[in-house]
Amino acid sequence: MATTEKLMAVTGNQAVAMAMKQIDPDVVAAYPITPQTDVVQSYSQYVADGEVQTEFVTVESEHSAMSACIGSAAAGARTMTATSSAGFALMWEVVYVAASMRLPIVMTTVNRALSGPINIHCDHSDSMGGRDSGWIQIYNEDAQEAYDATVMSFPIAEHPDVSLPLMNMYDGFIISGAIGPLRPLSDAAVKDFIGEKPAVLNLLDSEHPVTFGPFDGLHGWYFEHKIAQNRAMEAALPVIQETYDRFAEVTGRQYQHLMCYDMEDADVAIVVIGSAAGTARTVMAKLKAEGLKVGLVKIRTFRPFPTAEIARVLSGVKAVAVLDRADSFGAMGGPLYLEILAALYHEGVHTKTVNCIYGLGGRDLYPQNIEDVFRMLADAAGGADLPQSRVYLNMKGE
Amino acid sequence: MATKLSPKEYVKREERLTGGHRLCAGCGAGVVMRQVLMGAKDNPVVISNATGCLEVSTTIYPYTAWKDSYIHSAFENTAATISGVEAAYNSLVRQGKVKSDKPYRFLSVAGDGGSYDIGLQALSGALERGHDVVLLCYDNGAYMNTGFQRSASTPLGAWTTTSPDGKVVPGKQQQRKNLTAIAAAHGVPYVAQASPHNFRDLIAKAETAFETPGPAFLNVLSPCPRGWRSADPDGMKLAKMMVQSCFWPMYEVIDGNYKLSFDPKDRKIPIRDWMEQQGRFKHLFTPEFEYVIEEGQAHVDREWERLKQLASLPPIAE
Ligand SMILES: Cc1ncc(C[n+]2csc(CCOP(=O)(O)OP(=O)(O)O)c2C)c(N)n1
Ligand code: SF4
Ligand SMILES: [Mg+2]
Repeated sequence: MATTEKLMAVTGNQAVAMAMKQIDPDVVAAYPITPQTDVVQSYSQYVADGEVQTEFVTVESEHSAMSACIGSAAAGARTMTATSSAGFALMWEVVYVAASMRLPIVMTTVNRALSGPINIHCDHSDSMGGRDSGWIQIYNEDAQEAYDATVMSFPIAEHPDVSLPLMNMYDGFIISGAIGPLRPLSDAAVKDFIGEKPAVLNLLDSEHPVTFGPFDGLHGWYFEHKIAQNRAMEAALPVIQETYDRFAEVTGRQYQHLMCYDMEDADVAIVVIGSAAGTARTVMAKLKAEGLKVGLVKIRTFRPFPTAEIARVLSGVKAVAVLDRADSFGAMGGPLYLEILAALYHEGVHTKTVNCIYGLGGRDLYPQNIEDVFRMLADAAGGADLPQSRVYLNMKGE
Repeated sequence: MATKLSPKEYVKREERLTGGHRLCAGCGAGVVMRQVLMGAKDNPVVISNATGCLEVSTTIYPYTAWKDSYIHSAFENTAATISGVEAAYNSLVRQGKVKSDKPYRFLSVAGDGGSYDIGLQALSGALERGHDVVLLCYDNGAYMNTGFQRSASTPLGAWTTTSPDGKVVPGKQQQRKNLTAIAAAHGVPYVAQASPHNFRDLIAKAETAFETPGPAFLNVLSPCPRGWRSADPDGMKLAKMMVQSCFWPMYEVIDGNYKLSFDPKDRKIPIRDWMEQQGRFKHLFTPEFEYVIEEGQAHVDREWERLKQLASLPPIAE
């Protein structure tokens, strides 16, 4: 039996809908929003055609989507949802509840800018705002990665050492709507990879009634509860890697928390999340031909954050640019930059750094923008100073 | 409606909310809960509960007063949460992953705040989608848990901490929202209003709600001595008077057909009779604010006439 199917050309959303169909979760509760919509539409069609066993709850809002997911997962059902932007923001309150109940819900968050002004295009402000919610966060570069991450999600989230919800991200429109190559697994290979859901305490075991979500007052255990959540996050880091490795055995596609490109001999490096990595690699080919020693680090696992690993990877370079597709207003830089600065300081790595903000509200990131960043880094490696404040890429009027 | 049994029969049913919870003395919420759960007979129940007095008083970690499985997630989403539980049950049973000799019952419980106001959207969504669930509102007429703030259910003129009476304002300035009518407008198979002072009626309605396939909505009056500023032992007496005044009519809407469960006929009492006994209306018994009682009375009379008209219509044929 072949574990993989023929190469096909699909959009990111189609790839993820297909993975969801192969997983065939017990329950999906979701609400449509651009650019996630065709995930929900495709799934509705699978249900209409009897291709899945899933009970699809067509909720009246994203707050109810996540609430229904909480009820469903607490009842012991494999549960999935998908959203973007405002939908994610509307879920906010209960996103935290899902994590604190340790429910292994899997959500696709197709990245889109938060309002206002209202904007339907890609940036990472939606999911970046959820980075402290207690969900595992995996960012994907393209349709194949998004598909693969979806298949890998339940084994990570349901792992007994972890038991946390997990969200997968990919860039709205750029990946969700653009057609790219996909080599899916066979249905049987997916089923085999994810296995059966491990039995846990749930609402539908009348022999063992349970109270979920009790009131934890002033003299309760809220604090310890939060510590336990963080321990589960720490435990997730090796579990994610093990799952990546097991996936490689099946597919030959090896993932890492950090995907490094030409970092062995790099003098300077860019760190990036999502589809911009592809643009960066194109530019690197050109610059390497010129003899510049440029490298790239793409972050896949953002929560838990691979702190030691990022510091180790960047310890050999003379200058680093961190590209953020979201900003943290009033802070020293965007969310990824803050994370990386903290990691470098923590691990005692002293290298020159700069934060570049790009792509807000779907603003294009051209190869030239990345080339400019690499050249700025090369100058810094040669002794020049890097800007202390944010560098905005492809800003109008400059 | 399910047959009303004698109290002797009902006491044989299991108590599913244990004592030792921290609801105030005289609180109606626990009484309502025990009676409603009796309506589930011996079927397993999963309860989803909104944030509010009932929730905080019955689940103080590491204790729980619930003998059945229970989930609290947030204030405004209990109807959505129970939708997810019911969907999971249907999926898992269909796939043979969950087996149960007796069918599960699914109960969502919220106060008036969690039903009339912040939870209205989730409530409406669950009713519209047709889940086989019972959505219960225990209506004490304000946000009691957070210290007696007004809700859309607070009666006209009532003092609450966000509708205080003052030198110029006579308490809450709006009439109540009619949530039972809103629920009925969804065209669901069973909607009922009840009061715990008439426990046989309430249990029978709960039983009907549980046994009716599809969504059912129950709106139940729930005395709150703290928020009503009334004496602890008076809750059931006051509830009875509120029903007798037709402020809180007991009725059912079965497949769109209205049916009165109680008609006081010529023994209908004025609302002021029970208002007098609740400190939240004290300021209305003054020359300058007395007119508010008249407005409240006129509203109750009008609503009652309309309800009687609806109940007198010939039943809609199947
Ligand atoms: C989103 C949100 N807003 C506000 C609150 C604060 N809050 C908790 S319970 C409550 C009032 C509950 O009122 P009701 O539903 O009538 O129940 P009761 O306490 O009266 O039984 C409020 C305002 C909250 N927990 N969550
Ligand atoms: S404040 Fe009212 S509703 Fe809340 S527990 Fe006390 S009596 Fe019951
Ligand atoms: Mg209330």
